[in-house]
Order: sequence, then structure tokens, then C-alpha cells
Amino acid sequence: MSRPMTIAEKILADHAGLDYVEPGQLVEVKVDIALGNDITAPIAIDIFKKAGVKSVFDRTKIALVADHFTPNKDIKSAEQVRMLREFSVDQALLHFYEGGEVGVEHCLLPEKGIVVPGDVVIGADSHTCTYGALGAFATGVGSTDLAAAMITGLTWFKVPESLKIVYNGELQPWVSGKDLILYTIGDIGVDGALYMAMEFAGPVIDKLPMADRMTMSNMAIEAGGKAGLINPDDITKEYVEPRATRPYKFFKSDEDAQYARVIEYDCSKIEPQVAFPHLPENTVGISEVGVVELDQVVIGSCTNGRIEDLEVAAKILEGKKVAEGLRLIVLPATPKIWSEALERGFLKIFADAGAVIGPPTCGPCLGGHMGILAKGEKALSTTNRNFVGRMGHPESEVYLASPAIAAASAVLGRIGSPTEL
Amino acid sequence: MKLRGKVWKFGKNIDTDAIIPARYLNTSDPKELAKHCMEDADPEFPNKVSPGDIIVADSNFGCGSSREHAPIALKAAGIACVIAPSFARIFYRNAFNMGLPIFECEDAVKLINEGDEVEVDGDTGEIVNLTTGKKMKAQPIPPFMQELIRDGGLIPHIMKKIQD
Repeated sequence: MSRPMTIAEKILADHAGLDYVEPGQLVEVKVDIALGNDITAPIAIDIFKKAGVKSVFDRTKIALVADHFTPNKDIKSAEQVRMLREFSVDQALLHFYEGGEVGVEHCLLPEKGIVVPGDVVIGADSHTCTYGALGAFATGVGSTDLAAAMITGLTWFKVPESLKIVYNGELQPWVSGKDLILYTIGDIGVDGALYMAMEFAGPVIDKLPMADRMTMSNMAIEAGGKAGLINPDDITKEYVEPRATRPYKFFKSDEDAQYARVIEYDCSKIEPQVAFPHLPENTVGISEVGVVELDQVVIGSCTNGRIEDLEVAAKILEGKKVAEGLRLIVLPATPKIWSEALERGFLKIFADAGAVIGPPTCGPCLGGHMGILAKGEKALSTTNRNFVGRMGHPESEVYLASPAIAAASAVLGRIGSPTEL
Repeated sequence: MKLRGKVWKFGKNIDTDAIIPARYLNTSDPKELAKHCMEDADPEFPNKVSPGDIIVADSNFGCGSSREHAPIALKAAGIACVIAPSFARIFYRNAFNMGLPIFECEDAVKLINEGDEVEVDGDTGEIVNLTTGKKMKAQPIPPFMQELIRDGGLIPHIMKKIQD
């Protein structure tokens, strides 16, 4: 007895020790990596201690990444990071990152080969869905679920229905994975994939580089998705092979797998996208933006802080200056990306253009620090959310776009395209 | 389980940054979080809300971040339950894990106004607007989930079971 399955269903069935699963079924699955950060892990550690448990289920399968309010922005933040550090030492955790070793968690874990294809990953961070780009079932949970997984190595899921999105045609100039996912969210809405596993497919995805794939999976949560998966292929293998710290397995959707819905897009008709305040679904094509003058541009985050993102921005900014009165903040997402951006001359280009170059941190994305907006200020950012007050004052505004649009806008002083330079 | 309280209304897609802005996440102390609950949706909310009040909102309540601080803040602010047509999935799970009852109901946002007095029956899922007399139906909360809520959330519930 079997049934055709999607990649999401296959990974869940495998980790539940079952031949097959179907949507709606409740399953208990083994967790390969359980992740927490400096905001969410303290609650999980408190719970762990109150439960009176002596040790975590497996010291090699828990990752604590102090990336949100670091370098510690205030005393309370420093105390939270200390909790992570002391717990990590006490439990001899293999994967604890802070200081010069820390990077934005969803860039750091794939880069270090800590998450691999075929994994079930839970993270007390909603953008844990990023690892779907590697062909892993990865989803965000709360601190209580993280604590339970740290103790038992298990978690439960309701098997989600799958939503397949097929990208046909050819990508237009300056259109990236960020534009495809913003376009998708604009079409289906911020609850368009609620409770569902999104699956990105089609000829455009087949050719899309890993960095763009991770950007797309990263924002599955912005459509309400439980996961955002891509069937692993040669591009996945090329990325994973030199990095993987554990054996990995490729699961792929069956041809006749069942989907709640299949959507098809013609990418030849998609131009660079901008999401207006205050929801990621408020997207318009760059040609319809009109005049939006900016106070700040941010390039970085788990969505678009990878070396490929910095490369695009550097090409556009080379020999140019940031518009007068505009602040450009560039945050390479990991120490390795920072170092490579230095070696390849990108940081020099940013510095000469008048940018502020910061450390790897989530910082301004969630209004933490290092780029907070005053009342009435407008920012364009390569990050993932533009909710009210997300980057600072409740009356500030955040516009979301790709690194190419961000770099061009920094020079123009208003939202615009590289074709205008 | 019966809950009765005065209603505060909110719109669609109330996100976790509106429920508790990230700038306050350098602590997980419920009392501190309650002081800023719903602040970016309504700056006066932390001052206006009273223990036992109920939130009625439109679809996709709790979208965005996985922060458990969101249901913690609502519960510590005294919110008895949240009623909406749908909830973002991480928030849904976190709310029950924190012992905050939530009810999925299509009609509540249409048939309940701000300031109305409502009664919610967790066993049957029946919601009565005591101000207008209108009735509506939500998904009931099964007995084991009600027990979990009474114990104060998943962890106190498990600890109690272990001790029993």
C-alpha cells in the first residue's frame, strides 16, 4: 500500500517511520536540527531547566545562533545571549555561534552544511522555512516546541496540503528570486498558502541559483506557508556536496503527487517587484512605483544578505555615490560572506559609494538596532517584512525589493531601477 | 469552559510585530511584554484593556514571526481569548502551548462590534453576542486542550501529568 507523494510528504513519512502519509494526518517525526536564536532560545532554555531535564537529546543536533540583537545592543540583550552561551557550554552543544563566528542563522546553517537535504528542521524563528530550498522540510515553531524537541528529539506535525507554483518562461533583466516570491505573495496574499507546504517548480526554478532559491523559500512564511520546498537537483548537489557535515538524501515529488492547487506564472511578464507598506502582499512592478523618496536603504538579512546579493549590489554601485541625505546600510550575512566581500572588492565599492558597512546581524530587519527609522522616514530594504513599525517608529515605512533595486534606489535617492542609472 | 468579556476589534492580518513589537523582545517577562501589547495597532490598548476582555479580529491573526512573546503578551494583558476566521499557523500552535484559548469562527468579525459583551462556550463552540443577542458557531475546544489551557499551557500541563 502506497500513494504518490510530494517532497514534503515523503520527508515527513521518512522521519515518522511510515511508508506514506497524507494531508491532515498527525505524525510524530524525528528532528535532525532544532534551532533557536537570542530572542527565542532564552524561553526554551527556561522551560528546559524548569522541566528538570539533565541533558539535551543530542548535543550535535541543536543550533543556537545569537544573531538578532547582536553585537549586543543593550544590557538585557547581553543577558539573553549569556543564557545561550552558558547553556551551550553546560550542554557541550556543537553548534553555538556568537561574536566573530556568528552569522544570520538562515544563511549560516546552510553555508556550514549543518542543515542538509532530506532533513526535518524546526527552528524557533519563522524564516526557518529557508532550508526548503535545499530540499529539507523546515518550519518555524515557538520556543515551547523548541524546548520539547531539545528534550526528546521529536516533534509533531499535521501533514500539510501542498501548493505547487510553476514558473515558466524566461527571467527578464534584473529579475531575481526575490522578485518571483514577492510577485507570488502579491498574487496569492499573505494567507494564500496558510497551513500549506509551498513547492516551487518549473523551468525557471530548474535554472535558478541556490541563493535565489533560498530567498524564495525564506519568504514562504510571508504567504502563511508552513514550508517552501524545491526538489533537489544538480544545483543543490553542487552547493551541498562541499559543505555537508552529515550524509544527506534527496527526496523528490512524484509526477502524480496530489496538490491542493497548482498555479502557473509566465516569468516573461514579471518585472522587478516592490512591496509597499505595510504587508508583503502589497506588490507592484517597478514601472508602476511612481516617486517614492527614501531616507534609508538596507541590503542584508536572511532573505538577501548572501555573497550573490552583495555582488549584484556592488556591480550597480561601482563608481557611483549614494544620494545625498540617504543612508545605505550593508550587512553581509555571515563572517564568510563578509570576508569574501572584502577579498572581491565589494566592501571597497560600498565604502567608496558612501555606505555604512555593518557586521552580520538581523539588526534593523526587525527594528532591533543598527538602522532604526524615525517617525515618518521611508526605507527600502532587501529584508522580508514591512509590517507597521517593523524597522522602527510605527509611523515609518518599509518597502521590500531585491538587492538590484535596493542598490539603484540608494543612488537615485528614490525607488528606482538599475536601468535608470 | 465558559468565557465572558468585552470585545476589542481588530482587522485582517494582525501581525506579531503589532501584537508585540520586536523592540521589546530583549525580555520575555510577561508583565513587561503586557505593557506593550498591541501597541503598534492601537497605542492606547495596553491602558484600555481589562482582564477578561476578548479580541475579535479578521482573518490571518498572528501572521509573521514565530515569537512566543505574542501569545504571552496577550495573555499577560488579560485577554481571555481571541476569535478570528483564521490564524497564522505558528501563532495557532503557540497560543495553545501558552494556554491562550483561540477560536476559529467565520462570522464573529461580522456579527460582533467593539464594546459588545460576548460569551464563548469552549465545549460547544457556541458564541453569543450578549449585546445584540446574535449567535454564532466556532470550532469547540476538545477536553484535553481545555485541560491544557486550565493548567496554563503545554509545559505546566506536562509537568502536572508527570507529577500525577
